[in-house]
Amino acid sequence: MIDILYFAWVRERIGLPRERVETAAETVADLVAELAAREERYAVAFADTSALRVALDQELSEFSAPLSGVREVAFFPPMTGG
Amino acid sequence: MRVRVQAEPFDYGAECTGFGQGGRDVGAVVTFLGVVRDDSGTLAAMEIEHYPGMTEKAITTIAEEARGRWGLADLLVIHRHGALRPGEAIMMVATAARHRAAAFEAAEFLMDYLKSRAPFWKKEIGADGDSWVAAKDEDEAALTRW
Repeated sequence: MIDILYFAWVRERIGLPRERVETAAETVADLVAELAAREERYAVAFADTSALRVALDQELSEFSAPLSGVREVAFFPPMTGG
Repeated sequence: MRVRVQAEPFDYGAECTGFGQGGRDVGAVVTFLGVVRDDSGTLAAMEIEHYPGMTEKAITTIAEEARGRWGLADLLVIHRHGALRPGEAIMMVATAARHRAAAFEAAEFLMDYLKSRAPFWKKEIGADGDSWVAAKDEDEAALTRW
């Protein structure tokens, strides 16, 4: 099981802030493909991953990164702090 | 070194008073205050979302890098989240160093990194609806100078 968190417009498009999923995905990109195939709202949110960022266990990462041992995945748009 | 992420307002004057002072190794203190600006003229509020847990970790990592790189004697970062009105303080940075160049540079480094590496997202709540503030290419480009 893996916790998936969504922030900002990704959260709004998918319609929930977090969920727990059972997945056999090996990489972030595999997980994205799995989620996008679920429902239209996921497909819309993940349509352009170049507009998204991903964090694995609260560290910024890449879509090509492996998911083994990861407990928390977060998807969000580029950050706008400061 | 202190990092605070909070919904509550902070007292900029009180935070600056005495910051970095009282020792013998500090010759320069730089402080920066970020304020909610209303570009459209119709902004009701700026809603700041963040990623609890990662936010504190990411800012601490950035702050530790600044402290090491510029040999800072002290450093403070406060960043708010939640709904803020135009004119309200969003965040502040304070740096204390032996010399002013280090204090200024470290403060600019912190601001550049907080902008695009700390997990905050701004949404403008306006009279004509709501819209997420898009990250700017120049904010990402600003990191290359460090």
